[in-house]
Amino acid sequence: MTEDGEAAVAVVEAVADRIERERKHLTQLDSAIGDADHGGNMARGWSAAADAARDLGDPDAQTVAKTVGKTLMSEVGGASGPLFGGSLVFAGVELEGGVTAESAVAFAETYLEKVEDRGDARLGDQTMVDALTPAVHTFKKSVETDELPPLEALAKAVDAAERGVAFTVPIRARKGRASYLGWRSVGHQDPGATSTLYILEELLSVAADHSGAEIPETDATSPTIPDDAETADATAPEPEDD
Amino acid sequence: MKKLINDPDDVVDEMLDGMTAAYPDRLRRLPETQVLVRDDGPVAEKVALVTGGGSGHEPTHAGFIGDGMLDGAAAGGVFSSPTADEFEALIDACDAGDGVLAIIKNYEGDVMNFETAIELAEMEGVEVDSVVVDDDVAVEDSLYTSGRRGVCGTILVHKAAGAKAAEGGELSEVKRVAQKVIDNVGTMGIALTSCTTPEKGEPTFDLGDDEIELGIGIHGEPGTERAETMSADAVTDRLTEAVLDDLDLDAGQEVLTIVNGMGGTPQMELFVVNRRLQELLGEHDLETWDAWVGDYMTSLDMAGASITVCAVDDELKELLGAPADTPALAVQ
Repeated sequence: MTEDGEAAVAVVEAVADRIERERKHLTQLDSAIGDADHGGNMARGWSAAADAARDLGDPDAQTVAKTVGKTLMSEVGGASGPLFGGSLVFAGVELEGGVTAESAVAFAETYLEKVEDRGDARLGDQTMVDALTPAVHTFKKSVETDELPPLEALAKAVDAAERGVAFTVPIRARKGRASYLGWRSVGHQDPGATSTLYILEELLSVAADHSGAEIPETDATSPTIPDDAETADATAPEPEDD
Repeated sequence: MKKLINDPDDVVDEMLDGMTAAYPDRLRRLPETQVLVRDDGPVAEKVALVTGGGSGHEPTHAGFIGDGMLDGAAAGGVFSSPTADEFEALIDACDAGDGVLAIIKNYEGDVMNFETAIELAEMEGVEVDSVVVDDDVAVEDSLYTSGRRGVCGTILVHKAAGAKAAEGGELSEVKRVAQKVIDNVGTMGIALTSCTTPEKGEPTFDLGDDEIELGIGIHGEPGTERAETMSADAVTDRLTEAVLDDLDLDAGQEVLTIVNGMGGTPQMELFVVNRRLQELLGEHDLETWDAWVGDYMTSLDMAGASITVCAVDDELKELLGAPADTPALAVQ
């Protein structure tokens, strides 16, 4: 097994354990706004996905992503199957050349794009997109602009996702089952955003394990002030009078 | 509730095996799936027509597989969408190399799973396009949809697109006529009783002896209005007026109508409804080109009916009147 493939299988197993532990919590969140099946469906899907991943002989990360995605598609069903599973199959294509900081960014961006397209959901609709968007944006910027080590970038992404989950609470649902509640959806934490956070947390934890490092302390919302702030100010366009 | 069901978990599986046993020379089940396809498929040099959705709407979907209509259909659990991998297996099995048109009823689960399958099939080089049917005039948004629901008008989409594909039309042409039906059809339904899902074993919603529910869907989801029982003519008036309001047809327009039973209503009552429907169309100066009466898009054992009106022009008349030979619908 390639090192990436081995790590990928470990991630899937860790996610399956975590979702099983949080099953009740996810179901509670879903029963408040939906049909109370998110915990059960996800637990069944990830458990089958872990089995399928273990059964792969000597997979690379791309094969693991594709296998897990297909298993989630068939075992989770409903809307979550295409959203969590289908997106993973399509994003997995980005890992064809192996897992690097660059391919991980492409993977993350494709995953977000597929979820947005399939669910026709955007930031602020009280869906899993609200957890994914800050995570993916933060990861991309941390890798590409700040040139942080991947593990630190991932830690920042998880922190960002956590804030995204919290953001789902005080806003109104525009997509998914919760949207039928109209204004009554305000005050509820989105189950899909929550399980997305769990997945990212386990990804970070396994990534840290495999690199033998501690999970870095991060704060995704600490502002980045450029060293040449004054210059930047000077080149900013003048506000127009009208 | 007394039912001819062995185990709720097995009901779809056993139904599908029973269907292939009833039509062994017409239908074939793909191994390890809940997908039925034409036994003689994939049909060479023909655009393939595929559909699917939750079970419980029989004869929809697989009943319309055959010459002049569908090439295959995926069956989900009762009232729940097939998964994306089942839709993908369906598309792969039916594609003869001339492209596939997916006919999707507008429910979030169906749309998302079908679209995922389409994208996967496209990655494998299959040419696939799709239409979404949303003919229910009763609701804009419901428990299961954003926008209108897809209900009985779907049968006419199968019929017209199926005829176009059978005469050798290209994928874009087949899609065009499918969309033409969708743009010209409206449906509204009424329930006298709730349906009983195998899983739950009791009525999905409570309806008093003296109550009916207008604007119902096909999943036992609540309708738009609860009313006191009224005569068959009064019910027919309410449904028809709602559909005609939505379609806004010109005087003299030719139409095809369907009085569709929801599964638990005798044909006798459906014909009573049809009688009044045809009177009303006359009062609106509309001309009935064809009138279908029967169970096409059901909701398990629900008592009730829906009325579908589709405006037809020469092209649609030719396609809807073209020969078809399927278990649930034969046109000579």
